[in-house]
Amino acid sequence: MVPADDPRSRIAHLFRRATFGARPEELDAAVAAGYEATVDKLVDLSVADAANLPAPTFTPPALPGQLPTDPEGRRQAQQAEQRANREEGRRLNQWWIDRMVLSTTPLRERLTLFWHDHFATSVQKVKEPELMFRQNEIFRARGAGSFEALAQAVAKDPAMLVWLDANENKKGRPNENFARELFELFLLGIGNYSEADVQEGARAFTGWQYRRQTGVFTLVAAQHDGDPKTVFGQTGRFGGEDVIRMAIAQPAGATYVASKLWSGFARPARADDPVVRELAAGFAKDLDVGALVRAVFLHPEFVAPASRTGLVKQPIEYVAGTLRALGLRAASLGANPAQTLESLGQQPFAPPSVGGWPQNGYWLTTSFALSRLRFASTVASKARLDAVASLPAADRPAAVARLLSVDGWSPSTAAGLATVADDPKALLTIALVAPEYVLA
Amino acid sequence: MPITRREFVLGGLGAGVAGAAGLVLARQPGGSASAPRPSAQAGPAAATGAGKDGILVLLTLYGGNDGLNTVIPYEDGGYLGGRTALGYQPDQVLPLGDGLGLHPNLTQLKGMWDARRLAIVRGVGYPNPNRSHFRSMDIWQSAMPDDQVVTGWIGRWLDTTGADPLRAVSVGGSLPRIFGGEKAAGAAVPVGALTLPGGPAIRSAFAAVAQPSAGASPLAARVSQSGHDLLTVDDAIAHMLAGQAENDEAASGSTSLEGAGGANSLIPQLELVARLVKAGSPTRVYGVSLGGFDTHANEKETHARLLGDVDEAVGGFFRSLDGSTEGSRVALVAYSEFGRRVAANGSGGTDHGTAAPVFVAGARVKGGFYGDNPSLTDLDSGDLRFTTDFRSVYATLLEELIGIESKAALGGPFAPVPFL
Repeated sequence: MVPADDPRSRIAHLFRRATFGARPEELDAAVAAGYEATVDKLVDLSVADAANLPAPTFTPPALPGQLPTDPEGRRQAQQAEQRANREEGRRLNQWWIDRMVLSTTPLRERLTLFWHDHFATSVQKVKEPELMFRQNEIFRARGAGSFEALAQAVAKDPAMLVWLDANENKKGRPNENFARELFELFLLGIGNYSEADVQEGARAFTGWQYRRQTGVFTLVAAQHDGDPKTVFGQTGRFGGEDVIRMAIAQPAGATYVASKLWSGFARPARADDPVVRELAAGFAKDLDVGALVRAVFLHPEFVAPASRTGLVKQPIEYVAGTLRALGLRAASLGANPAQTLESLGQQPFAPPSVGGWPQNGYWLTTSFALSRLRFASTVASKARLDAVASLPAADRPAAVARLLSVDGWSPSTAAGLATVADDPKALLTIALVAPEYVLA
Repeated sequence: MPITRREFVLGGLGAGVAGAAGLVLARQPGGSASAPRPSAQAGPAAATGAGKDGILVLLTLYGGNDGLNTVIPYEDGGYLGGRTALGYQPDQVLPLGDGLGLHPNLTQLKGMWDARRLAIVRGVGYPNPNRSHFRSMDIWQSAMPDDQVVTGWIGRWLDTTGADPLRAVSVGGSLPRIFGGEKAAGAAVPVGALTLPGGPAIRSAFAAVAQPSAGASPLAARVSQSGHDLLTVDDAIAHMLAGQAENDEAASGSTSLEGAGGANSLIPQLELVARLVKAGSPTRVYGVSLGGFDTHANEKETHARLLGDVDEAVGGFFRSLDGSTEGSRVALVAYSEFGRRVAANGSGGTDHGTAAPVFVAGARVKGGFYGDNPSLTDLDSGDLRFTTDFRSVYATLLEELIGIESKAALGGPFAPVPFL
């Protein structure tokens, strides 16, 4: 067991949270470089991802005017499109999982996942995988820069416009869906805005539309309510961009994002947590997400015991990290890796709601425990375990700990592993469902 | 939305009001009386203590079901006035009396109503309604509107009943907050086969790892506990369902506000519940769910499909229980986190609202209307004012179905609604 105050243990923890886990040789190199240098290297996202997987390709859907006019032809065309969407969705999932597995800039993928959860949007309503891909690319390109620039880009992103009914939000007939979730879930948190702010804010976003014909955001002037609105105590002829800017400038804005980020990477915390307040004070100055992420990793509380034991791996992290550690890729999970993730509770591009995925205890149900065991059994049957098998049985549990980048095994786990140490695949299966590995 | 969202974590517990009936608000199906009248006596079940071995099936409708298009006040001018295209005409609804009618797709529920096995509690809500899906569902599932309580109202009961994870079973992968206690939690059981991979060696090693280590952190201990509960549930369910036909439907509970589309995912959930009930599972509370009720735009078709799914699944569920002794113990309760605005929005849909009807169905249920129907004209910022607190519904279920006092569980005394 590597002691928790050992530099190796702290850096392994950093990799688990900031990436999808360190391979043994990565960890050796990082330990030699030191904690702070490793943080600086991880957060330097000016470099390109050397894995450079080719992006999936998509076929544009038929526009309404291009569909056959007879009912049967129309039905067949729609079914063909649904089949195409399913296939594109499968490829999209496979591509993103492989990016997480292979990336040389894994913090970028980890932040992309964080923003996908934060600005949670689901293909179940958006339908077109291409739009989910384009949103994913916004998170990837802008996820470590200015939070306001990110929020402004997401607000005009076609997937988001479809997701929260932008096309239905028209002058004189406002639809509050986007404005409410914008304040409650994306920018401020519940309790930091009024019902009147939602109603007036919704008017500012009237006329924001996604046109399938052009594939881009359009401000439809005839549908936009240009009259004065009163939002957050200010009155003016505000547009949607103004409302986003004004919301982020609220005192609760920086705190909300800091609490989400700290909760996602360190441990769950509310807005009034002292660490969150400290991080928010820095973040409020420039709204630079990259700087906030760096501050999280360098905060003394990040490596404190409460943080070290404060998060359960989300299934996407669990799956990508396991594939990465074992030298496997998404295709090892079968033709549709999203099914594996669905059974574990976290299908990419399909969060349960606009609130994203809950944390920690949410993943610890009997049903998900069964899915973890099935996943573990599947990947253990695919992994090459010659290096483990070449060792005496007594040394194998420690070798698997090193392979999976955990500090070591508790007495209960060690007792269970010892009973299957003669069978490397069974040994790996059990290690993958042990609490030491299920926790992040 | 939907939220099931949200991690359930942990909380405290209670007990409370004796089974005395306060005001009986019941009306008979087709009746026209409307004023609450005092009850002369508690029902026979309360008097004898019998009938407290009930089984509760909680059906959560995620997204905010449009109550006004479910139990339709078709004679009220305020209804069609705000819903020109979205509303249903008087000749389309399934009339219940009192100027109310069921949505046309709720034909099987109408049959249960006619057989007096369906109670409709009208205008159910809580003070200071919250229009956030998450917060409002947290309120319904925790039964604590004023505090950010992480335990669920059934989870707090589980805390007092020992460690058997089969006491409460939620169908699907995730566990709604309802079933999370401070120490105990219900089991989440997938719809598909519950078969552990690997042979006896894997199983016994897994059992060893599921023993919590001394000094384990709370989350690590919960990982162990989930494994331990899985083995318990797997053993018990395999034993109970041995010989019964396998159901290989792979659908699972949808907690999505938007819904999964496609097949009726509620059917396989309720089929599993029916099999467990008939097999004599010790489970006292089951959870099933259907998502997709967040109908901000183009509501009419979507909502009709969803209610048709509910009707088909619930109707089939009770048919499959017919004639079974265990099945006669079941009461199914359908609720959502809120209703929707009285007036349609400009998108052929409705925005988040407040009070809505709750359905209670089963062989022991005293059918009819309970609670006053909210006014469509005396509104609170365009929304209905609630007439029955949802905790009164819960109090009835805890006391008359589960057989425990409800006061501590619900943070105070709530007059039961005499539908049981």
